[in-house]
Amino acid sequence: MSMRKILGFALLMVLAATPAWAQNINAAGATFPYPIYSKWFDEYHKAHPNVQINYQSIGSGGGIRQLLDKTVDFGASDGPMTDEQLQQAGFKILHFPTVLGGAVPSYNIPGLSAELKFTPEELAAIFLGKATKWNDPAISSANPGVKLPAEDIVVVHRSDGSGTTYIWTDYLSKVSDEWRTKVGKNTSVNWPVGLGGKGNEGVAGLIKQTPYSIGYVELIYAIQNDLPYGSVKNAAGEFVKASLAGVSAAAAGTAKSMPDDFRVSITDPPGKEAYPISSFTWLLIPAQVQDARKKSAIKDFLGWMLTSGQQFCEPLAYAKLPKEVVAKEQKAVALIQ
Amino acid sequence: MASAPTIAGTAGLPWGPRALIRRARSGDEIARLITLVFALVVVVLTVMLVEQLWVNSAEARHHFGLAFLFTRTWDPVFSQFGALPFVYGTLVTSALGLLVAVPLGLGAAIFLAELAPRRLSDNLTFLIDLLAAVPSVIYGLLGVFILVPLMRTEIQPALKRTLGFTPLFQGPAYGIGLLTAGLVLAVMIVPFIISVSREVLLAVPGDQREAALALGATRWEATWKAVVPYARTGIMGSIFLALARALGETMAVTMVIGNNPRISASLFAPGYSIAAVLANEFSEATGNLYLSALVELGLVLFLLTFVLNGLARLLILLTTSRGSVHT
Repeated sequence: MSMRKILGFALLMVLAATPAWAQNINAAGATFPYPIYSKWFDEYHKAHPNVQINYQSIGSGGGIRQLLDKTVDFGASDGPMTDEQLQQAGFKILHFPTVLGGAVPSYNIPGLSAELKFTPEELAAIFLGKATKWNDPAISSANPGVKLPAEDIVVVHRSDGSGTTYIWTDYLSKVSDEWRTKVGKNTSVNWPVGLGGKGNEGVAGLIKQTPYSIGYVELIYAIQNDLPYGSVKNAAGEFVKASLAGVSAAAAGTAKSMPDDFRVSITDPPGKEAYPISSFTWLLIPAQVQDARKKSAIKDFLGWMLTSGQQFCEPLAYAKLPKEVVAKEQKAVALIQ
Repeated sequence: MASAPTIAGTAGLPWGPRALIRRARSGDEIARLITLVFALVVVVLTVMLVEQLWVNSAEARHHFGLAFLFTRTWDPVFSQFGALPFVYGTLVTSALGLLVAVPLGLGAAIFLAELAPRRLSDNLTFLIDLLAAVPSVIYGLLGVFILVPLMRTEIQPALKRTLGFTPLFQGPAYGIGLLTAGLVLAVMIVPFIISVSREVLLAVPGDQREAALALGATRWEATWKAVVPYARTGIMGSIFLALARALGETMAVTMVIGNNPRISASLFAPGYSIAAVLANEFSEATGNLYLSALVELGLVLFLLTFVLNGLARLLILLTTSRGSVHT
């Protein structure tokens, strides 16, 4: 067969496989859920060849901006939009939680074999710069029997704006009044102390290289890279080491009190198994989609994501949505008009 | 030079239809137009850049006014934004970089141009040009994995022991910080200084050298007193090029500077540069004031580069008009 014939044949196959209409949907936003989103959009496209969702992982801020400018069909963000942003939009925007993320305290104390336990007060004191030595009473009282060195604590945090920082500072704001009034929560904050590392890898690298340092990294990154991290005391008084199940339990614990717009922080939740430093990440979808085909494609994708899509979460080390939240979201899909 | 007949420009040429056709046919006019357009593109790009930075930073400019330049707080949560720590970090790291790179680069360039055998010089220059093409993230990684541990365990403790009485070398040795960022910048800009300075020194006419030698100067005296001053403008040019690279360097700096918007006297302390904060915070920034404050930082960086270049040009003007040597 000549080259031309092969090409012609291939073209014919492509044409035959193309459905009568094709729907392109553009989305942009958060980088943290990008691996699972691209898996979902790819799997969904395989099951529904006529729908192609293009996702640009430009960051939550960029996702919200592009949604407000209407240059994308929907956005994605690691932090919920603020009331002010929603008002500014001029059109109604719905939040749909997709997966969960968590942040864990990782540290480097040479010669220490025991795993450290952290209380909320202790973490706030360290990150506020009030506990400056590892043998500070706030730390040693939570770790009886562990011999902590009298060395200066080196705090490491993210320098780039990130959802992980949002989760971490949201948690500290809840457990410490001083943190809430002095520093607050955001994807970037004015850190009272510490060194900034770019990305999870930057923070992890700094911790690894700097003796007596402590920082926070995204749970999935810590799991995939085998980083040592400590357990954190939750609202029920239990020390919980972060795991995907612990993060899902945190979401389940707050499901009952979940507001209808899903804009909720799930840090410091009730529940014995709940890991306290975790958060949803959201898709931001306009409540009114003019194009009927686009609308039905988006709604169908959401339905698929909440059911068949969930099986792809755990292989990629994302914590699944608890079923209470899935049920609530399935109802909310009908709100898209 | 000035007495040589000039062929640049067509202002003095006859301007009639026939002459026009003749010149168009010869290609001069076409070449002039095309190159003029290319040159204008640069001007238009610069104007558009400033215009965009100006327009998009409007909210922050109105909100903070000139205080933006003198405020030390950078707080996205409470919307308090000031550029001072970033300007400080940018200037300090660039100055440190130049402090190390200028003597090093100039010395190497003099050796390569004046003293080394031509073959050795050419081969080394090839290597140096390769260094100039290494992506900055590589320099950042080398900084993180090699320079930072070395700084923490060896260099910073040694500096503390010897120069610890000055405020410049006090405080905990993290390894990362302003000094490390300055050193990484020095390594990155040194190839520019060497490469350009060497070309300039090679372009110095042989008469200059021979005249000095004929007057009884030693080889080094001829180089240092006759050749280097002759090439001064070009050498300064290479330093500006290096400075511009240092001011705008993003990736390598953010990896080793510590990313902490604070102003401390110690060079061991972490700092922050304008380019680094833009790279770090722009993509996740929400809220109009926050965004426009970031854009205004970009504007500040542009102005900083502009002012520093202007000052440097002034310096050249002053030194060349006072001295006896012209290029």
